[in-house]
Amino acid sequence: MSKCPELINELSDYLDGVAAPEICAEIERHLQECPDCKVMVDTLEKTISLYREREGDTELPEDVRKRLYRVLDLSGK
Amino acid sequence: MHPNNDQKKYSLKDLQDGDRDAFAALVDEYSPKLHRLALRMMNDPYEAEDILQETFLKAYQNLDRFEGRSSIGTWLYRITTNEALMRLRKFRPDMVAIDEPVEMPDGHVVTRELKDWCCLPESEFMTNEAQLKLDKAVVELSPALRSTFILRDMHGLSTRESAEILDISEAAVKTRLLRARLQLRDSLSAYFENRVEQLAHE
Repeated sequence: MSKCPELINELSDYLDGVAAPEICAEIERHLQECPDCKVMVDTLEKTISLYREREGDTELPEDVRKRLYRVLDLSGK
Repeated sequence: MHPNNDQKKYSLKDLQDGDRDAFAALVDEYSPKLHRLALRMMNDPYEAEDILQETFLKAYQNLDRFEGRSSIGTWLYRITTNEALMRLRKFRPDMVAIDEPVEMPDGHVVTRELKDWCCLPESEFMTNEAQLKLDKAVVELSPALRSTFILRDMHGLSTRESAEILDISEAAVKTRLLRARLQLRDSLSAYFENRVEQLAHE
C-alpha cells in the first residue's frame, strides 16, 4: 500500500460503502492489479468485522446496576 | 444501539419535570452501552463504573439545561466520552487526547511483506487468546483514535453522531477512524500472520 497513497485515504469510505462510485471503480480496478493492496483491504475489512462481532449487546452486570441505582437514589426493580 | 432511537418510555418533558420513573427508564436504556463504552476507553472496571455513575449524576443535574439540539442519547454518550478522555489525560498528560494534531495517513508505510490471514479457520478468531489480542490492540490506540473507533465501529454510531459526541468535524472523525483501523490491522496482522505460519507447520 506504500505505493498507493492516493487510494488509502479513500479506504474507510470504500469499506463503509459510502465512497463515490467513481472512487469505488478506481479502487476495485487497482485491487485487481495490486496484490499487496488486495491483502491490505481484505485484512482491513476482516479487522473491522472482528471488532463489530466483539462488541455484542451485553447486559449491565447486576452488581454494577444495583450500585448505580443506589447512587442515583432510584428504587431497584 | 442507535442513540437517535429514543424509545418513548419517557419524554424530555417528563425527564425535565423530575419524573423518577422516566429517569429510571433512561438509565435502563443507556447504562449498558455507556458502561461498555467506559470499559473500552479505560480498560479498568472500577474507573468504568465510576464514569457510568458520574454520567447519570451529571445528566440528572443538568437535564433542565439540555436543549434538545442533539438527541438525549448523543448527549449522554458525550458526557461519558468527555469524562473518560479527561481521566486519561490526567493519568497520562503526555498522551493528550482529543485535540492532538490530525495527520492524514499518507505516510503509512508497510515495511513487512503483506500476508493474507483472512483464510484462517473462523475458530482461530474466536479463541480466548485472539479475543484478548483484539482487546489489547484497542487499548494501545491513543485516546483520540480509541474513542473514535469505539463509537464508530464498536457502537455503530454514524460519522455525524460521533463528530457531535467528540466535538470535532466529520472530516476529523473520518481521518481518525482510518488511522485507528490501519493501526488495529497492523496489530492484528502481527498475531494472525504468525498463526497462519504455525498452522502450516502443524
